[in-house]
Amino acid sequence: MKGKPLVSIVSAGLSKFGKLEGLYAREIFAEAAKEAFDRCPNLDPKKDIKTLFVGHMGESYEHQGHTGATVADWAGLLHIPATRTETACASSGAALRAGIFAVLSGLCDTVMVGGVEKMTHRTTPEVTEYLAMASDFPFEQWHGITFPGLYALMATAHMHKYGTTEKQLAMVAVKNHYNGFLNPKAHMQKEITLEKALSSRVIAWPLKLYDCSLITDGASAIIITKPEIAKKYTDTPIHIIGSGQASDSIGIYERESFTSLIAAKIAAKQAYEMAGIKPEDVDVAEVHDCFTIAEIIAYEDLGLCKPGEGGQLIEKGETKLEGRLPANTSGGLKSKGHPVGATGTAQAYEIYLQLTEQAEKRQVKDAKIGLAHNVGGSGATATVHIFRRE
Amino acid sequence: MSEQTQFTIEQFYKYINQGKLMGGKCKKCGKIHLPPRPLCDKCFSKEFEWTEIPRKGKLLTYTIIHVAPTQFQQMAPYAVGIVQLENDLKIPGMIREVAPEKIKIGMPLTIAFETSTATSQWPQWPRYYFKPA
Repeated sequence: MKGKPLVSIVSAGLSKFGKLEGLYAREIFAEAAKEAFDRCPNLDPKKDIKTLFVGHMGESYEHQGHTGATVADWAGLLHIPATRTETACASSGAALRAGIFAVLSGLCDTVMVGGVEKMTHRTTPEVTEYLAMASDFPFEQWHGITFPGLYALMATAHMHKYGTTEKQLAMVAVKNHYNGFLNPKAHMQKEITLEKALSSRVIAWPLKLYDCSLITDGASAIIITKPEIAKKYTDTPIHIIGSGQASDSIGIYERESFTSLIAAKIAAKQAYEMAGIKPEDVDVAEVHDCFTIAEIIAYEDLGLCKPGEGGQLIEKGETKLEGRLPANTSGGLKSKGHPVGATGTAQAYEIYLQLTEQAEKRQVKDAKIGLAHNVGGSGATATVHIFRRE
Repeated sequence: MSEQTQFTIEQFYKYINQGKLMGGKCKKCGKIHLPPRPLCDKCFSKEFEWTEIPRKGKLLTYTIIHVAPTQFQQMAPYAVGIVQLENDLKIPGMIREVAPEKIKIGMPLTIAFETSTATSQWPQWPRYYFKPA
């Protein structure tokens, strides 16, 4: 049935995002899990949480794989089934979806889903290399195409086809830095000017330093349960009413279009149909702004504007905090930061805060429906989730 | 060409080393795969024949990489792009022998070949690249 809750979020936690020196991923995840436990005193974690799915992209960072069991143990959940999901930067979007499957299967009533990444102790060239592993090796990486380079290829195509400007790209960064400035857990709580963004050094033309998201440490954790028992745990459950996921060719060169991510469009269509809503019904959205161009393309792929009009949407200020459709109120990947495995459920955390009116200085008034759009790599995976308050 | 040749990425790069851009043509449905694949994604056939792909194409999109991976750092800044070939085939690679400011979407490019590789990175495939036609 359209719009029927699939599962309900009864609690959520987020570690501080930033450069968390001296901490291991498992320790950062424990911080996020602890916040989720504390927010939900009626839940007995050891008794009630039946399984854990955790998004984690790279074992290279800490020379540590087998993340599911590792973080479950450190979160005090020893012996429950614990599984890592990996879909590059959409790893915890996929964890959330795996959790939904677990609840809907009837095998588990209550599930923890989350994600973690510890990145900042590595050098920038090392991180660049690890992130590039989410792109095609034999034709993209082998020919010197970096991760920012892939999104730069999309940006050049978008600018050529639709007249999108470098200034419009920079406006995404300015907006998200303003929102991050209001978020006490954001990595970079600092406003920036348009001039600063536009004059920053070139990474992969037309993308400059301030068009790129941050290398960040962080973790996120969400507790979901069967809608029928959600009230046992909280008076204000947030229902997930739509879930979509799709894949695409690993190499962007094989795709029909470089100005849109087809996987995101398919995932969005699935989620909207399941939820029985239209794009214009969305009150607040977290979109995957790994690069500024990615946010502009996200607006279009999600149907928040027509194809080619993403640049105008940001220029008119419609996606600002006080605009018609606030996007990335958390500061997004750009300013809150992008610990890749943690990002998908960190987006869900922000939507949870918004729909339960706990977003403080960045609270969107009367937000009833939220959306999270999580992209893996250069678009070979995308997940879209739609959330509704009671 | 030997019937024993496998339709793999490794074999594609072996042909590159011989100065040939080769795709795998499905014997059942006719789809040309670049790079070749061992399983046709259109009709699931495993029967292919090699076909040489014309080297001329036009530039669909590009970027200038300033911050490069370690093994490419001495070349930065360098241009990379995606080129449209015949039969709806597309391929990415570096654009050389042209100043970055002269690069334009839609410009005609042709594929050229490196015959040896000086890199120490696995798996040491030779590279092709694009240059002005």
